[in-house]
Amino acid sequence: MGKVQTKSALAKEYGKEELEKLLREMLLIRRFEEKAGQMYGLRKIGGFCHLYIGQEAVAVGTVSALDLARDYVITGYRDHAHALACGMSPDVVMAELYGKATGCSKGKGGSMHMYDAEKHMLGGNGIVGSQIPVATGVAYKIRYRKENGVVLCYFGDGAIHQGAFHESMNLAKIYKLPVIFVCENNHYGMGTDYRRVSAVLDFSVMGAAYDIPGVQVDGMDVLEVHSEMSKAVEQVRKESAPMFFEMKTYRYRGHSMSDPAHYRTREELEQYREQDPIIILKNHMVEAKLIDDESYQKMDDEAKEISNRAADFAEASEEPSLESLYDDVLA
Amino acid sequence: MAEITFREALRQAMDEEMERDPDVILLGEEVGQYNGAYKVSQGLLDKYGELRVVDTPITEEGFTGMGVGAAMAGLRPIVEWMTFNFSLMAVDQIFSNASKQRYMSGGQFTLPIVFRGPNGPAEFLGAQHSQALQSIYAHVPGLKVIAPSTPYDGKGLLKSAIRDNNPVMFLESELAYQWKGEVPEGEYLIPIGEADVKRPGKDVTIVGFSKPVKMLLEAAAALEAEGIDAEVVDLRTIRPLDEEAVYASVRKTNRCVIVDEAWPFASVGTHIGWLVSKNCFDYLDAPVEVITGEDVPMPYNHRLELSAQPSLEKVVAAVKRTLYL
Repeated sequence: MGKVQTKSALAKEYGKEELEKLLREMLLIRRFEEKAGQMYGLRKIGGFCHLYIGQEAVAVGTVSALDLARDYVITGYRDHAHALACGMSPDVVMAELYGKATGCSKGKGGSMHMYDAEKHMLGGNGIVGSQIPVATGVAYKIRYRKENGVVLCYFGDGAIHQGAFHESMNLAKIYKLPVIFVCENNHYGMGTDYRRVSAVLDFSVMGAAYDIPGVQVDGMDVLEVHSEMSKAVEQVRKESAPMFFEMKTYRYRGHSMSDPAHYRTREELEQYREQDPIIILKNHMVEAKLIDDESYQKMDDEAKEISNRAADFAEASEEPSLESLYDDVLA
Repeated sequence: MAEITFREALRQAMDEEMERDPDVILLGEEVGQYNGAYKVSQGLLDKYGELRVVDTPITEEGFTGMGVGAAMAGLRPIVEWMTFNFSLMAVDQIFSNASKQRYMSGGQFTLPIVFRGPNGPAEFLGAQHSQALQSIYAHVPGLKVIAPSTPYDGKGLLKSAIRDNNPVMFLESELAYQWKGEVPEGEYLIPIGEADVKRPGKDVTIVGFSKPVKMLLEAAAALEAEGIDAEVVDLRTIRPLDEEAVYASVRKTNRCVIVDEAWPFASVGTHIGWLVSKNCFDYLDAPVEVITGEDVPMPYNHRLELSAQPSLEKVVAAVKRTLYL
């Protein structure tokens, strides 16, 4: 743990409860994803399953800066964490992974399509970059109805070269839309290192052509993520204008469950594991004497327990009826 | 009843619905200041302002997706594509998002959105600007597809489309915008999914939709001169398809010719041909005929481009084949 950079100065700006909340949410995502990975191995979950392990600080640090009564979240296919961060029940998310009728999408969506209309979680999109124009439309609604909300639109480094991203940045700027584009740069678009396929390595310049301010953030430090995003949300609410974030992060697992990730070195992975977002926050809190090993362990055990219970819930849930096949094609 | 153009009928439909419901917005290329590339949105910017009549950059994927997001969030957007040819730039937003968000979310979201613009061949526009793309969109569950043939149907169906809680593809036609037809004063709606018998007849059923229906009526008049009494069934809506209206006609006439401007392979026309062959098998006195566009990209040369499309002569010949004449 000695190598981990801590920013305990930042930690002092937060109350104990707030820090515990961030830690608890990150632990839940970590343990939930591990459980999902395990159940995938047991073939309880099929198809594509993209785990978020390593990136927890981004979803938790950003969603916690929102007021989901008026703000919205939309993301790509690595979406379990955003769903949980939005407050969706782990049971319902796990049941969706199992394809059960009790899942958020009644078993019709699967891993890449977590939705909760009430909680303003708009999915869950399986096409790289496809959610980005949709985010501008949600922001358009906010502006049209003068609601003072903000849309957080997440996507990976793989999406940033899609036309959809660039078209959306332009639209957001010309219509003054309250949308914050969040690129979660986890270094690999599936198996391709972003440095091999990007003309620029600093994504924060991506907004320059659209006169949109870009911010680069250490996406492994939840407090930095949260602080920067809170400032941005406040500014976007005030000015109704888009912003762009590059969150420098890292996923420990492969692109999906079927990816052994041979394209990177063990050393690189180990290097990032030493910057683990959960350990970083824990160390902040230990330094500030806001947590001890015992209470951390207890919190971790709770996260495991919730994840186990979610798997039990999913297991015990009914399959969708065959009669439901044609439901919800049209309104 | 007043005679107005197709474009005016469509403009009235949008105007009336925008007046009725503040959630209805119009966005697309040239819809505002320019008053529409084909002047269908004439005067709407002046009346409703730029927050409701939104000029977009030429980024079809972007603004189509923006419409989808606005619909998911509760507005009722009308997205105008300058032509359906450009919708191909936005096809991911239609296929992956508009048509599937409801299903993928287990019914949590509704997508009340209309995508409209001219579709099908016009004149002298060459291969990229003269495509009939109905088969592509009709293929997708989760979309409704409307293709009116008269100003009257156009207005009533566009109003219904704007009020519908589903994504609706609304196919117009460049050449038909200037056509005139009777449209009553005051409000009326035409239900989505109801075909209309444009000409009753007893000898043969001719099924069509969109711009070719006018030509089908001319073909029926030519056939009448030869003593053949053709019934022309205008589908008006492609999805949901009014199958029963087609079958009822075929059960009466025992002969069926289907006309579709699109290419023949895996088209709306060939699909209906299969449906009629299967569901009216015992009633048919002749094989079902399908007249489509020729299986080539549209050429520029006028003689060639006309020969690539369904025509009165082709329809008359097909009718005669079903009558063994």
